[in-house]
Amino acid sequence: MARIETIQVGDGLPAEDHTPTILDLFFYNAAIWNGHRIHFDEKYTTQEEGYRGIVIQGPLQGDWMSQCVMGWLGEEGTLVEFEYSNRSAAYLGDTLHVGGRVTAVDTSSGEVSVDLFVRNTAGDVIAPGAARVRVG
Amino acid sequence: MELATSRDIRKYSVATRQRLSKYLEGIEAPPLFYVALFWDVVALDRMTPDGVTVDPLLPELPFPRAMAGGIKTQYFRPIRSGDYLVAQRTLTDLYEKEGKSGPLCFYEVTLDVKDDYGAPVLVERTTRILR
Repeated sequence: MARIETIQVGDGLPAEDHTPTILDLFFYNAAIWNGHRIHFDEKYTTQEEGYRGIVIQGPLQGDWMSQCVMGWLGEEGTLVEFEYSNRSAAYLGDTLHVGGRVTAVDTSSGEVSVDLFVRNTAGDVIAPGAARVRVG
Repeated sequence: MELATSRDIRKYSVATRQRLSKYLEGIEAPPLFYVALFWDVVALDRMTPDGVTVDPLLPELPFPRAMAGGIKTQYFRPIRSGDYLVAQRTLTDLYEKEGKSGPLCFYEVTLDVKDDYGAPVLVERTTRILR
């Protein structure tokens, strides 16, 4: 678990690659009750909507960023504020790189701010995010 | 009012490949579990051909397709198994912008979640895009 005394601006959060399968996309849709066809119907997605493949859910990428923070904080950490936006589509088969970096440390309140990102294999940030956390 | 059950938390945690045991055991909900808890449950014949529903808060708009947007959420406490939660959704912004391939419609909805004692749990501002 992260300790406030040891955290410094510029520290990197543990990064992780995600290569979701069609099962990941199915179970995520099922868990949130999402029937959006661009996440499971390839013919519809490519022929009707013009995407190049099945689209990875935007909120799932947001969840990966929240996991990047919560995994770094550990079981006792608290999320105070979290944000992200989806800027470009990602597709089934893509490997997405999720990570972050500390941008501010307030030892008096125990709060730490981080920037987060989801990058595609080309290195483009397709979903930027940020969080403010309270370190346990 | 919605009940956060251990089973639903576990299903969400497995689906998103959570690793912290408090989430996988269904004791505490991952930060974005509320997305699942408050996703609108509507009859299949009310869905549009792309498999989603038009947000009932929106007026009739000439933008047939939904795209993802973004969120900003303020957390007051985590959701735990056994919580009864009440959410109020409010349309807080609606505007049009010119995109690379035509006009886009942006709208913002504020989701205000409280527990059954009226204490704040979280406030989410979602921006979504229609094209």
